[in-house]
Amino acid sequence: MNILEVNDLQKTFASQIAVDKISLQLEQGSIFGLLGPNGAGKTTLIRMITGIFYPDEGSILFKGRPFDPVKDIAQIGYMPEERGLYKKMKIGEQAIYLAQLKGLSKQDAIRGVKEWFIRFEMQSWWNKKVEDLSKGMQQKLQFVITVLHKPALIILDEPFSGLDPVNSNLIKDEIYALARQGASIIFSTHRMEQVEEICDHIILVNKGQKILDGTVSGVKQQYKENLFSIGLEATGKQGEAGTAGGERPEGAAFEAVGQKDGRWIIKIRDGYRPNDVLRQFIDQGTGITSFTEILPSLNDIFIRLVEGTPLARQFQPISI
Amino acid sequence: MKKMWLITRREYLTRVRNKTFLLSTFLLPLVFMLFIFGAVLIQLKTQSHHRIAVIDANGYFKDYLRGDSTITYDFTPGIDTVNYQQKGYTAVLIIPVLSDSGKSECRLKYKKSLGLIGTESLKEHIHNAITDHMIFEKTALSRPKLDSIRSRSDFTQVESYEDNGPTAKASSSTSSYVVGYASGILIYLLTFIYGAAVMRGVMEEKTSRIAEVVVSSVRPFELMMGKITGIGAVGVTQFLLWVILLGGVGFVAQIVLSHDMWQHVEQARQAGPMGGPAIRTTPAGFDLSNALGNINLVLLIFCFLFYFIGGYLFYSALFAAVGSAVNEDPQEAQSLMLPITLPVVFSFIIMSVAVQDPGAPLAVWASIIPFSSPIVMMARIPFGVPGTVPWWQLGLSMLLLVLGFLGTTWLAGRIYRTGILLYGKKPSWKLMWKWAFQRQ
Repeated sequence: MNILEVNDLQKTFASQIAVDKISLQLEQGSIFGLLGPNGAGKTTLIRMITGIFYPDEGSILFKGRPFDPVKDIAQIGYMPEERGLYKKMKIGEQAIYLAQLKGLSKQDAIRGVKEWFIRFEMQSWWNKKVEDLSKGMQQKLQFVITVLHKPALIILDEPFSGLDPVNSNLIKDEIYALARQGASIIFSTHRMEQVEEICDHIILVNKGQKILDGTVSGVKQQYKENLFSIGLEATGKQGEAGTAGGERPEGAAFEAVGQKDGRWIIKIRDGYRPNDVLRQFIDQGTGITSFTEILPSLNDIFIRLVEGTPLARQFQPISI
Repeated sequence: MKKMWLITRREYLTRVRNKTFLLSTFLLPLVFMLFIFGAVLIQLKTQSHHRIAVIDANGYFKDYLRGDSTITYDFTPGIDTVNYQQKGYTAVLIIPVLSDSGKSECRLKYKKSLGLIGTESLKEHIHNAITDHMIFEKTALSRPKLDSIRSRSDFTQVESYEDNGPTAKASSSTSSYVVGYASGILIYLLTFIYGAAVMRGVMEEKTSRIAEVVVSSVRPFELMMGKITGIGAVGVTQFLLWVILLGGVGFVAQIVLSHDMWQHVEQARQAGPMGGPAIRTTPAGFDLSNALGNINLVLLIFCFLFYFIGGYLFYSALFAAVGSAVNEDPQEAQSLMLPITLPVVFSFIIMSVAVQDPGAPLAVWASIIPFSSPIVMMARIPFGVPGTVPWWQLGLSMLLLVLGFLGTTWLAGRIYRTGILLYGKKPSWKLMWKWAFQRQ
């Protein structure tokens, strides 16, 4: 079931189109990556999904019904990229207050805050003020406030910024746990390595438009460039393929585009398969030590789509 | 509504629990009173005294020119316009020979001006001297008789009654003036103090970036209104504490200024120079409602609360809009606040006219138009409702104020919801106007 369906959402500020006909589907219990460079329109899109902005055009379905910003807002937890808390307010009191604003009763709010504070070992902070906390501690508190009211949809904008590796892992585990319990998570970021690790499905937004939509593995398959890394045994013979630093291998089935870590990076020509390449080396009597397909990282795809840089250009160019 | 109530409660409690609230509640009236007391004291102590040397060509001014507590006249010969300062005079007055026909000019030469009031007194003294001289010269009246007529014809005050039926009580323009002025100033101060508090609160939420967290839970309008009502409730609490405090002070005064003391006052009055019928005073002691003349205390407090709340809502919404538009730079707030502070300051100026002439057309209209009505109407009400202020004026003024704050709140709400989430753009009223009317 889709918890969220966004259809042709559009928002214009003055003369600038911030979000241009973006559609997306979010399955319940999945972790969804919303990617894009700064200023791509991610925040505007999120603000429409959280009911802060009204869309100019398009529709939002929440749990299959048209989204009601007043009622459904209680089922959404949103952690904005720019974190904010009342600096002079005590932490326990503040967490309870913000949970009550989400519609929790005072008793439920107190119970929830206590549970989370124990889980994150924050009990001793209860009477401290936010201004007395370190940045990392504030981040943890912000995360607790976002998920405290057990929202069905959790939107996290750059949740790991400012966290050390230990706390990053702590939050990451909680994200997995929440997804397992049925919460759906939108994860907005431009840190690709985290997306690859965490997300099931991604969309990439640039200049207000959606330019990519799919599962992480599907997208990688879609954008692979038939690049392989091949390791060859040294023979010392002239005219034959050599090891790193040796002469470049030649063949009809492929062309060598670069070198990396002592291995050749080859691109298989259209109409040929990896078997054709391997057969050529076997026929030549060259020993093969390794042969791996190079799938683009999301980072590569991101840069390629946003800047128009092809993947192959990122490898060390060959100088002969 | 439930969420707005939560916000109101937080705003109210965090402020009321704060030590500065208690401090300002008790210290502000004290400072206010000390300020007025000090001003009066300084006024009395430092009243300047003028010694004026007179060069009289007529010869009779010596007998008739009488000074007062601030001006004394001296007829020592040998003083001229050159040496008067050395001889210790502040000015020298030269009276030429006065004839019955045509006006003659007296000349005053001074180093230190007498000021407006001093010059008026001087004119009156000369005028009185000439009148006395003429009466004495041209009629058969003797000197003691003239003095006797003067003292017997003297009266001290006009006791005025507002024409409002059989229950008419003696009214006093002076107490109306004082109460009107004090109410006007108080509303003026409270509008600024609490309006600025709303603005600072909004700016704090914007700069600490909590605003986006909160507006993902409540509508921006609820957040704004919660803040405005919470801070307004602090203002009302403070005002009510002051009323209680004032009542307490009145009660204490009643005990301290005991019966004996009032008898002293009474005796002193009866032994006064004129010996005429004594002015009615309250023998029982100090009575607040009597001190306020015919002012209806209940109506006054009700109107004060109404105009405080109405004026506060009217202006604080605009202050909230400014607070939402500015970024971290307080300088930006300064320039944006000008269009809000100007009408408030103008109202204050009109108010000081209205307490002198509460029926003047400017005062009447300013007390009806919402921009100035909270301050100006409060200055007029102590002069009497429905006498000086007819019911229709009060009603219209209140209705327009309610419509006015609904209007400013609506406008501010639209500016607020855009401004609170927008960073880095240098705000202007033009931009805010655009936000208010853009599609949302």
